[in-house]
Amino acid sequence: MAVAHPLDKYLRTDRIPTMWCPGCGLGIVMGTLLRAVDRRIKEGSLKRENVGFAGGIGCTARMTLYPLFDSAHVIHGRAIPFALAVKIVKPEMKMIVVGGDGDLAAIGGNHILHAIRRNADLLVVMVNNMIYGMTGGQVAPTTPRGLYTTTTPYGNPEREMNMIKLTAALGANYVARGSITHPQLLEQYLYKALGKRGLAFVEVISTCPELFGRHIGFRSPVDLYMEIRKRIVIKAKPSIEESDYSWEKGFVIGEFVDRDEPGFTDTIYEYLNKIRGGGVQ
Amino acid sequence: MGVRGLSQLRIAANKYFINIIPDRCKECGLCIAVCPTKVLGRGSERNLRGFRYVVALNPEKCIGCRNCEYNCPDFAIFIEVGAK
Repeated sequence: MAVAHPLDKYLRTDRIPTMWCPGCGLGIVMGTLLRAVDRRIKEGSLKRENVGFAGGIGCTARMTLYPLFDSAHVIHGRAIPFALAVKIVKPEMKMIVVGGDGDLAAIGGNHILHAIRRNADLLVVMVNNMIYGMTGGQVAPTTPRGLYTTTTPYGNPEREMNMIKLTAALGANYVARGSITHPQLLEQYLYKALGKRGLAFVEVISTCPELFGRHIGFRSPVDLYMEIRKRIVIKAKPSIEESDYSWEKGFVIGEFVDRDEPGFTDTIYEYLNKIRGGGVQ
Repeated sequence: MGVRGLSQLRIAANKYFINIIPDRCKECGLCIAVCPTKVLGRGSERNLRGFRYVVALNPEKCIGCRNCEYNCPDFAIFIEVGAK
């Protein structure tokens, strides 16, 4: 037997175990993403050499280091422009952008706005652990109101940022929210998102057992995992209004937007062919 | 035998094989918590990195739901369907 785990063929096994803390949800997201890619490769709708990963800075963006695909670890928040450039030059590529809430919602917030406005053909996976994990548990734009973090010792006074509403408002082709506590559902969303043209945005509610859970009173990763699982509400066809979350109300997961509009790559090549009189590929 | 000498425990369960790769386990306990039939439990032996890896306490109870496989963040456990 040459393979230890069924997913080892997609992993740089010399880098495993990962740098993530024990019980971190990122490993689950990576496994789920690889299973979704595996399903697409097995049924022949995606070629292995055409899959590319891009990530910025943060724990989540370190995910680009482990899968055995073409991958790039670029500057903070700028994974989307990088992936978009790859996609325009090589339209056959399927670029997957992974990033945390700090990388994609805070620092790269401007880039995600314009990628969605253009309907760039990317799969953006935003792992929302509700905190800045790598730098020590500071308050993030996605932290629910009232929660303790290291920079808000009396509770977070700010409103939480809802990326589902933002992406849906700007016109992404596919918007879904999954959770690491329901990895089978998340796999379905990622599988569907991989087959979409235009921008597919999947938000994943995740855990940070060390700097989020431990600070708010959950001593082990299992405690935080079970607490998040209790607060998840699964809905088949949720409306965008329902996507607002808070620690008390919980998190609605499901597919919020599913439409089929031409992506940026198609539009730009069509445009180029019109000006140059055809022949641009 | 696995990748580059990684040891692999292959435990015959009822209709399945529970495969545990001890040196990848980080002792987070998620697989133990998500198992609906309480097959897995905390071990007492330590692996290369000093974590007490998970063991199959009641392998005959396994129903092959693969919740542990899906929820393992470190690719340390997986279920195979055995021939029986």
